Amino acid sequence: MTETTNIETHRKGVPLWAQVIIWAVLAGLLIIVALGLNRAQQGTIQPGQAVDDFTLPLFSGYEYQGASEVKLSDFRGKVVVINFWASWCKPCEQEAAELQRAWEQYEPSGEVIFLGVDYVDTEPEARVYLKKFGITFPNGPDLATRISQYFRIKGVPETYFIDRNGVLKYVQVGPFTSLSQIQNIIDPLLAE
Amino acid sequence: MIADFGYGVLVVAFLVALYSVIAAVYGELKKQPALVESARRAMLLTWPLLTLTAGVLLYLLVNDHYEVQFVYEVTSRSMPLYLKITAWWGGQAGSLLFWSWLMSAFTSLVTLRKWDRDREFLPWVIVVGGVTMAFFIGMNVFFENPFAKLYQTFDGNIAAYTLQPANSILFTPSDGRGLNPLLRHPGMIIHPPMLYLGFVSFVIPYAFAIAALITGRTDDRWIRITRRWALWAWLFLSAGLVLGGRWAYDVLGWGGYWGWDPVEIAAFMPWLSGTAFLHSVMIQEKRGMFKHWNMLLIILTYDLVIFGTFLTRSGVLSSVHSFAQSAIGPLFFAFIGVTLITSVGLIIYRWEMLKSETQMTSMLSREALFLLNNLLFMGILVVCFWGVIYPLISELTTGQKVTVGPPFYERATSPLFAALMLLMGIAPLSAWGHSTVKTLGRAIWKPALGAAIVTAILAFTYTRNIIALIGFFLVALVILVTLYEYGRGALARQRSQGENIFIAFWNLTGRNRRRYGGYIIHLSMMLMAIGILGIELFQVETQGTIAIGDTLELSGYTIKYREVASWDNPGAGVNYTRAVVEVYDKNGNLLGNLHPRKDFYFDSQQPMTIPGQLASLKDEVYVLLIDWEPINQESTTFKIFVNPLVNWLWMGSLLFLVGIIIAAWPDKDPERVTVRAGKRAHQTSAAD
Amino acid sequence: MLNNRRLRMTNYKLPLALLVALAVSLVLAATVFAQDGLPTDDEVNKIAKDLYCPVCESTPLDVCPTEACRQWRELIRQQLAEGKSEEEIKQYFVTQYGARVLSEPPNRLASYLVPALAFLAGAFLLFRGFRMWIKPVAVEPASPTEEAASVIPPDDYIRRMEEELKKRK
Repeated sequence: MTETTNIETHRKGVPLWAQVIIWAVLAGLLIIVALGLNRAQQGTIQPGQAVDDFTLPLFSGYEYQGASEVKLSDFRGKVVVINFWASWCKPCEQEAAELQRAWEQYEPSGEVIFLGVDYVDTEPEARVYLKKFGITFPNGPDLATRISQYFRIKGVPETYFIDRNGVLKYVQVGPFTSLSQIQNIIDPLLAE
Repeated sequence: MIADFGYGVLVVAFLVALYSVIAAVYGELKKQPALVESARRAMLLTWPLLTLTAGVLLYLLVNDHYEVQFVYEVTSRSMPLYLKITAWWGGQAGSLLFWSWLMSAFTSLVTLRKWDRDREFLPWVIVVGGVTMAFFIGMNVFFENPFAKLYQTFDGNIAAYTLQPANSILFTPSDGRGLNPLLRHPGMIIHPPMLYLGFVSFVIPYAFAIAALITGRTDDRWIRITRRWALWAWLFLSAGLVLGGRWAYDVLGWGGYWGWDPVEIAAFMPWLSGTAFLHSVMIQEKRGMFKHWNMLLIILTYDLVIFGTFLTRSGVLSSVHSFAQSAIGPLFFAFIGVTLITSVGLIIYRWEMLKSETQMTSMLSREALFLLNNLLFMGILVVCFWGVIYPLISELTTGQKVTVGPPFYERATSPLFAALMLLMGIAPLSAWGHSTVKTLGRAIWKPALGAAIVTAILAFTYTRNIIALIGFFLVALVILVTLYEYGRGALARQRSQGENIFIAFWNLTGRNRRRYGGYIIHLSMMLMAIGILGIELFQVETQGTIAIGDTLELSGYTIKYREVASWDNPGAGVNYTRAVVEVYDKNGNLLGNLHPRKDFYFDSQQPMTIPGQLASLKDEVYVLLIDWEPINQESTTFKIFVNPLVNWLWMGSLLFLVGIIIAAWPDKDPERVTVRAGKRAHQTSAAD
Repeated sequence: MLNNRRLRMTNYKLPLALLVALAVSLVLAATVFAQDGLPTDDEVNKIAKDLYCPVCESTPLDVCPTEACRQWRELIRQQLAEGKSEEEIKQYFVTQYGARVLSEPPNRLASYLVPALAFLAGAFLLFRGFRMWIKPVAVEPASPTEEAASVIPPDDYIRRMEEELKKRK
């Protein structure tokens, strides 16, 4: 029987090329899963990070100085507050009035800009919502969820505060409970 | 206090599992049998320890200890006792403990068996079982402590901690959040335990396979020992899947039973590789071939079990079944990586020793057809795997999120399923070792002719849909071939033993349970296929808003809306809205009343839609209450499905489980099997 | 610890909101539009069946119970009423919410090619294996070891059965 074993040896071992392929496929799969896991584990983007430019189309009636589309880079030198919301989101309603009051307070100075990003929503309902809470700051849909994907939002509402240099400074997860809470975040940024 | 005790016992169980691994390895390497024996006893100790832990958790659940975070999250005061108990596996932490507990029961059982003839396997089986168990218990100990309590810290924040933080007080909510209503259905109560049982019992064959690889005892002994484990594992996994389907059908209000949801697929993948394994081990037992392949399949099955659990629990995928996101993802990932790399490495290392004992002689022999069967199962597995990870790949490479939904899976797997059915028709007629076109043709022409006649009749009376006709032809072919084989055996028995034909059937099954259990499984698969063809190809639906007394029509049925009532059941914390509708057939005969319901659970603020079902062999009328007008009850929205043949699916499922039980039932005289096994073992030892 | 994020995502199903939404939609749907020949639920569902709302992943739009999905269905109805085709509506949803609303990846080739190739590779390996395994027996049946190997361990059971059958004839 040993003879047969010998005869078959050269035929039955795992050839090197096959081993290479096996390990490569295995490693590839593990890397994909690891990257996916990494993505899932990441929270929202973190303060301290420079925010990439993006374009936000605006609902008619909610334009910014007549422009139907704004870029983040348009607001270099200003403090930018980006609020993610949706009309189907109940907690968003808790903060809508406070956000609007904050906007009314800061708008005259021209130093702060609020942008409402409407996440996975339908325009008619979004309009009803904006009207209901008397919101006047620029608002637009999150087309193809590109913006929310960039910020890696975990839900709505979430609010991101960007300083004059385009660097993310603070992330609010969940609704604001008071006007002063918003002021306490914006005022230090203005003072910088 | 009692919660801390529970946690303490859990930690001890973790240490004991670790000890058993270390003692087994050390004892084996240093040739100290006493240490191995000590490892075995440690392994046996984990079950009582975990049972004690589970008892503590159940005590907390049943007695409304809402200061324990897990209890707070899955129970509420209004839940009945049995739901408080089953809430054990209603959340991440508890279900991990449940998993470990089942796992410890299985490893204990296996360590209790007689090891005389397989002494060399013992330490390595303990190692694999112990590592897996330590991993699962470890997740409870370090990341998902079911006994963590809520503390309010100085600044007013409330969070769960294992140990009380400084300057904090215990926080006891007055009521819990309550179990997700979707999980309160009887189907959902048994579905997870069945799946988990299936999952953990596949660990045993894997442990033996690894033991065989490490020890180099690569004959088919490991397969013979674990054959029944694998069958039982398969039974539980199958039952879990079937119950899950039934649950989805009864509770989710989709009008369907299977949505190709990533998490469903995660449970389906080990089933696929496990099924392939059950077939291909038979080749190794009969012919001593494809040992590598069987090893690979069991490793694949084990890692798919872990991978499926990982997908469900790590937050990588989101779906109706997912647990909330959690920190255990990386640990799971590391575990998958380590087990995969070690196992594959071992196979490559032992490749030489695993070579086949005999040669393949014919491409139509049964072993060849079994390999084809494996190829098809692997094909379906690849489609499923790809469908699950494609969104990940797409997002990583293009930044674009995509959905891989039912159309992809249906299109990609249906030809493979059809080919499997064809194989199911041919393979029972082929012989081990050799078969030719001639022998096969001679055996198959009669059943094939019968199937063609059945198909022709169906074409004239039931449908002209070509896909359906192909499907029905294959179903008829398999049923006829299987009955033909069964009948031949019974007739032979009747002839030789002089038995009555029914007794002959009975004894035939008893004498060769695996073969005839397998045939029953094939038959049941065909019944299920009838149901699947019916609902996939012929399901119709309509939705409409009607007033009391108005009707909706669908596919020959008339549904008349009678009344709707809504009331609270404060004891159970539910609001019920129940409509009464009458179902009439084409000729205006009343077939029955249906009561579609919408339940609203106060504690979790979630609704649940319970359909009204009118079942028959031909089809099922499935009525959902979608919306109702609370003020004047004048307009209510109903959705109606007519699901043709769907009840064949459920009948098939039952027969399926019966078939597996027949196949897996312990033999009266296990030694008879081992004597036959001995012959083969003898042959191999000669080869060594 | 109360898992705020999940709370936020599920809270929209407050009963009050549901009832208000229901009342509004039903009144709208049943009274005002019914006379205008508004698209039926069936027409809406037919399109919704193939769409997936990001709010409830892995659940087709036609059966998803969330408020967001209800709004989507109303949007489909509105667009159908405007005379848009199924294709146009789906395209609208893709531009608004991204390719993930479709039930299949837009790049069909990529999604089907890989499993198909993997399957073909498996089939190739298997058939190459068949030829390799079968050859030795055919080429040198005289070799004693091969001879031994080619003698099939008889499937006793089958053989006995066949004999019985023959006897019967």
